[in-house]
Amino acid sequence: MSEWWTYSLSDFLMFSSRSYYRLIESYNAAIWPAHVLALVAGIIVIGAIAQPRQHLRRSAALVVAAAWGWVAWAYHLERYAEINTAAPYFAAAFAVQALLLCWLAFEPGNAAPAPQRVALGMTGLAIFAYPLLALTRDGGTWRQAEVFGIVPDPTVVATLGLLLAWRAPAIFWLIPMLWCLVSGATLMELKIGHAWLLPALALTAVVARIKVRKTPCDVNSTANPRS
Amino acid sequence: MSLTFPSRRRRLLKLLLSVTGGLALPSLHAAPALVPLLTRPIPSTGEQLPVIGLGSWITFNVGRDPQGRRESVDVMRQFFAGGGRLVDSSPMYGSAQDVIGEAVQALKPARLFSADKVWVGGGARGVAQVEASRKLWRVPRFDLLQVHNLLSWDEHLPILLAMKREGRLRYVGITTSEGRRHAEIEKIMASQPIDFVQISYNALDRDVEQRILPLARERKIGVIVNRPFRQGDLTQSLAGKPLPGWAADIGCTTWAQALLKFIVSHPAVTCAIPATSSVAHVRDNLLAGTGRMPDETLRKRIAQDAERLA
Repeated sequence: MSEWWTYSLSDFLMFSSRSYYRLIESYNAAIWPAHVLALVAGIIVIGAIAQPRQHLRRSAALVVAAAWGWVAWAYHLERYAEINTAAPYFAAAFAVQALLLCWLAFEPGNAAPAPQRVALGMTGLAIFAYPLLALTRDGGTWRQAEVFGIVPDPTVVATLGLLLAWRAPAIFWLIPMLWCLVSGATLMELKIGHAWLLPALALTAVVARIKVRKTPCDVNSTANPRS
Repeated sequence: MSLTFPSRRRRLLKLLLSVTGGLALPSLHAAPALVPLLTRPIPSTGEQLPVIGLGSWITFNVGRDPQGRRESVDVMRQFFAGGGRLVDSSPMYGSAQDVIGEAVQALKPARLFSADKVWVGGGARGVAQVEASRKLWRVPRFDLLQVHNLLSWDEHLPILLAMKREGRLRYVGITTSEGRRHAEIEKIMASQPIDFVQISYNALDRDVEQRILPLARERKIGVIVNRPFRQGDLTQSLAGKPLPGWAADIGCTTWAQALLKFIVSHPAVTCAIPATSSVAHVRDNLLAGTGRMPDETLRKRIAQDAERLA
C-alpha cells in the first residue's frame, strides 16, 4: 500500500454499525439456543478460576479453546466475512489461539495458581455483563447480545481472565491482545459508546499480569495431582 | 462543459411514468420531484449523464441481511425513479456488488450506467475479477471500469482499453480518494486515453481545483466525485446549523443539497456519487441535481460558510 501514512482507521472500515449489529442479531437467531450451552461453558471457566485444580484447569482450557475455534468458524468465516474482507485472517488467528489453548490444557504446569480478584472479575464480566452491553446502545436489543463463546469480544475478555489467573506465558496473550486493538478500533470508528471497554480491559489484564509476576504462586493452596 | 436538461419528450414521459409508479408505492418511495435531473455530457463522447449518481461504499455492504438488502433495493428504486443512472461500486466493497446485482435483477432499470472497479494486483487476475464482478452485478457488460486506487494501473489499463476497443466496455477510468497520489493521477491523465477520473472533492477538500479539475477539462476527461460529504462527517457537523440566506436562491432546503450543488456546479465535474442507505437521503440528494446552480461567486461563499460552520 503506497502512501500508507495517509490512511486513517476510517479508510479500513467497510460497513456501518447497523450492518454490524444486524449481523450479530441474525447470527444469534440462527444458533439459538446454543447460548445456553455457552453460558454453562462460561460458568465452568469461572469455576476453574475460583477453584484452581488441575482437572478443572484442563476442562476450562478446552472449553475456551472450543469457544475460540467456534468463533473462528461460525462467526468470522461464516458471518463476519460477508461484510469484512479481513475476517478470514481473523478466523485464522482465532484458530491458532484455539490450538494454543489446547496446548495450555495439556501443558504439564507446575501448579494452578491461586484465584485473583481481577481475573475472576474479568471473566465474570465477560460472561454475565457483556451481553447486557447491547441494551446500552441506541437502538440495541437483547437480540444483539454479545455472548461468550458465540462472538469474539466476550470470548477474548474471558480468556484474558483465564490467562491472568494461570499466569500464562506471553505467547498465549498475543492474539487476544491484538484482537482487543482491532475490535476496539472498529467499535471506535463505528462510534459505539463502549468502544473504550475492550482496550481498557486488555490494559487492566496486562497491568495485573505484571503485578502477579512479582508475587510467587501459592502452590500450597492447589490440588495439583502432578505436583 | 455545460449543464443541460434532457429535452426529448419520450424521456420526460418515461420520467413522469416512473414518478407515477413511485406514487403508487407507499409514501416511503414517493418520487423526489417532477423536475428532471440536470445532466452533463461525458467529455469523450458527449453522452449525457445525470449529475447525481449513487455510491455504494459501506452503505450497500449489508451481507446476507434480508432487511438490509430490502432497504438497499428501496434506495436504488428511488434513485432510478428519480432519474438517476450511474451506480458505482468495487470488489473492495464487500457484499455491495451482489446487493446492487439483486436490485438490478429486481428493478430492471432501463438506463443504468454501471460503474465498477478493478482492485487486485496483476493484470491477469484483474480479468477474472472483472468477470466475477459482472456476474455479481447481473449485467451483460459494464459501462465504466476504473482502476481502483491506481492498484497495478499499468497492468490493468491496457487490458481495460483493449476491452473498450473490442466493444466489451464503454468507458475506462482511474480512481483515488482522500487526496492520495494526485501527482500520479495527473501523470496518467496526461498520458493515457482514459474517459473518467474519480476523485474526492467537497466544500472543504478542494485541492483538486488547483490541477486535477483544470487538467480534466483540458484533456476532456469526465470527473466523478466521491466522498462529497466526507463520509457523512460534513453533513453531521452541519446538522442543526441554519442554512444561510443564499440557500433559498438556489432552491436548497438542506445542507446536503447545498454541498452537492457546490460540487456538481464545478464546470469540470460530470457527477457526484453520494452513498446512502436511506430513501429520504437519496431523494434529498437527487433534488440537488435539479433547479438553479450556484455561480462562481456563490460557490466561494458556500465553501466559506461550510468551513466556518462545520
